[in-house]
Amino acid sequence: MITVDRLALSFGDHQVLHDVSFEVKEGEVFGLVGESGSGKSTVLRCLAGLHTHWQGAMRIDGQALGHRIDRERCRLMQMVFQDPYGSLHPRHTIDTALSEPLKIHGIGDIDDRVCDILLRVGLNPSFRYRYPHQLSGGQRQRVAIARALILAPRILLLDEPTSALDVSVQAEILNLLEELRLREGLTYLLVTHDLGVVVHMCQRLAVMQQGRIVDTLDSQLLRSGAASHPYTRSLLAASRSYQREAA
Amino acid sequence: MLNTAMSQPPAAPASPSASATSAAVAESAASALRDSVRRALHHLLRNPMTLAGLVVVVLLVTVALCAPWVATHDPLRQDLYATLQAPGAAHWFGTDEYGRDTFSRLVYGARTTLYIVALVTVVVGPIGLAVGAASGYFGGWIDTLFMRITDIFISFPSLVLALAFVAALGPGLEHAVIAIALTAWPPIARLARAETRSLRKADFIAAVQLQGASPLRILVRHIAPLCLSSVLVRLTMNMASIILTAAGLGFLGLGSQPPSPEWGAMISAGRRYMMECWWLVAMPGAAIMLVSLAFNLLGDGLRDIFDPRS
Amino acid sequence: MDNNIKLEADDLRVRFATRDGMIDAVRGVSFKVGREKLAIVGESGSGKSTVGRALLKLHPASARIEARTLRFGDVDLLRADERQMRALRGRRMSMIMQDPKYSLNPVMRVGDQIAEAVLVHQKVPKAQVREQVIAMLEKVRIREPQRVYDLYPHEISGGMGQRIMIAMMLIPNPELVIADEPTSALDVSVRSQVLSVLDELVEERGLGLIFISHDLNLVRSFCDRVLVMYAGRVVETIAAADLDRAQHPYTRGLLAALPSIDVKRPVLPVLRRDPSWLTA
Repeated sequence: MITVDRLALSFGDHQVLHDVSFEVKEGEVFGLVGESGSGKSTVLRCLAGLHTHWQGAMRIDGQALGHRIDRERCRLMQMVFQDPYGSLHPRHTIDTALSEPLKIHGIGDIDDRVCDILLRVGLNPSFRYRYPHQLSGGQRQRVAIARALILAPRILLLDEPTSALDVSVQAEILNLLEELRLREGLTYLLVTHDLGVVVHMCQRLAVMQQGRIVDTLDSQLLRSGAASHPYTRSLLAASRSYQREAA
Repeated sequence: MLNTAMSQPPAAPASPSASATSAAVAESAASALRDSVRRALHHLLRNPMTLAGLVVVVLLVTVALCAPWVATHDPLRQDLYATLQAPGAAHWFGTDEYGRDTFSRLVYGARTTLYIVALVTVVVGPIGLAVGAASGYFGGWIDTLFMRITDIFISFPSLVLALAFVAALGPGLEHAVIAIALTAWPPIARLARAETRSLRKADFIAAVQLQGASPLRILVRHIAPLCLSSVLVRLTMNMASIILTAAGLGFLGLGSQPPSPEWGAMISAGRRYMMECWWLVAMPGAAIMLVSLAFNLLGDGLRDIFDPRS
Repeated sequence: MDNNIKLEADDLRVRFATRDGMIDAVRGVSFKVGREKLAIVGESGSGKSTVGRALLKLHPASARIEARTLRFGDVDLLRADERQMRALRGRRMSMIMQDPKYSLNPVMRVGDQIAEAVLVHQKVPKAQVREQVIAMLEKVRIREPQRVYDLYPHEISGGMGQRIMIAMMLIPNPELVIADEPTSALDVSVRSQVLSVLDELVEERGLGLIFISHDLNLVRSFCDRVLVMYAGRVVETIAAADLDRAQHPYTRGLLAALPSIDVKRPVLPVLRRDPSWLTA
């Protein structure tokens, strides 16, 4: 469904993405794994249209993606950001944040849709008139997911959606994401540095290092320990546990 | 899952911002707004300094609005039998060289002061905010253009530019206002630009861009409200310098023209008799100082309210 | 008193004065630290960082710290005044913080910052200090220590910055080190290196280490004993090797909620918070 073909991007002299290519099938969860500086979030932002001066090609269902954000793209894919404290406008109520996309696209029944989406992400509609600083991190992330889903996109771009959350809250959000995906038939592109999350959520993944994809594999291989690429293996080893001798 | 989702975070003390238990749940958008205004007022009134500033400002506005009832005499009426009288029962603040009551002139001068401050602020605030926010958001040639323009205006000392302007257009209150406004807007624009540049990279701006919002919508509904607090604080503190510049212009005879009372002009006129008749200079001078201080204190208090948001 | 016990806390309570009244951040925490690596694990709001800072009395004056006992060696931390604490901090008990981006002074060379840690407590001639710093940089496995000495914090990577932090905190040879989420801001591959440096130094010098973290998996393999905190209380004290046999439902819940690389579960078990944990 999503095809990324030889994507490249530079900021001034510094090239951040080199020749990135991968495919995501409809309905699957595809992981992009790497450490800081690997470019994984940058790929997501290129797909979303937040970076405009990339080279290469990106296609959704065969249709080429332009460099700018347009109406169609908004209804096609949306993004959930990492920091629940930074992704909601501090002076807007939840209601404002959720009704804005509807108003921009001229969609009616705003009240009903807002209440409905809140329920779907597991929040009581009475949360509508609260401000972000009155919500916990997990609740904010639910609102961010609601906001991403209110335009009924087919693809969700998830940029480290649980990295800033406590372990117990992370479990809730991961469960919620999985439930929504199955119920609404969504496709996810999940960026994370946490191999546990990748193996749990994704069917397939690509490993990035310094702006390049170095390995693409099924998450099964990670679990069984049969990953072949040395960098992947070293990431796996480091994620497992601290070993005095190995360090 | 609905249950765990709706449960409050543990009663353990997380940072106050994470606790949803202390905030009353608003039932509608209107009551949410009312809550925040009420909370802001509460903070405003808590600090004694800010309260003092607020009181003086409110007093200024009241006196200006109710001038005909507060003043004891007609500010323009001359009484050549009662010139240069010291403060006393008949004339609370004494009289000037034409026998006009200083107190009444001070009261009516408050109107002039308020007029200047209000007009300048109303012009400078929106223009500075718009220019700065647009500059910071778009960057590129728009930014360069606007910032070079502000550079030009900033490099003039306000009084000098005001002098030049008034010299070109002729003296008068309205011209003085325009002249002051010309130099007061660049710092606001710079401030708005700095705020916008840091906000531009925030995730919530990216989120709304992804929803297809136009740049105008983003600037007006998302960025401007966040710049507003620092701009308001700056404007409030600017008011003090506006008053001083206006008084300076008045002192030089370039602002409000005689016989209309204006605090700076009163000081200028009183200079000649300053040694023997201290009230001619001290009264308007004290008024200027008091009001400037009040605006500064109010601005400080506003900054405290807006900054550490609970 | 047992010579091996470096720090003893009994019924430690920390309360903060806020706009909405007093908040109990820590409600009766007791533990002892000897020549070992003790982990304090908890989620946000559990009070784990508050405990660490309370030991060094780094909280503002408005905080109320009470305990039946709070003793470091022969020093009664409760009654110690600011001057005694200053003599203690860095010299006998030090703290490694989370993010070197924020904990290192951005306008001082890193070598000078480490040197300062020495000079604050003793008068040592400049040349000798420099030698000590270079030796310490080598100890934390920084290559080209001479060159790194003159670098500024923005010129070094996260992992290097954290090792510099370790060098700074360990150069005065303290008896107890408190590490507050020392690897949370680092990439996974760099983590092991930093931890092994810390491990080596702690072993070699026979230090006590209090390792504050939210990462159960990490402390499982790195530390000897684990204290699990929830809502300001310790709900479980257990040897790291025994974590699989944890008793308290909160600990078990946390362990179960972690997405594991090895075991695939379609739905992660969600922690059900029992209000009785707040009073147990």
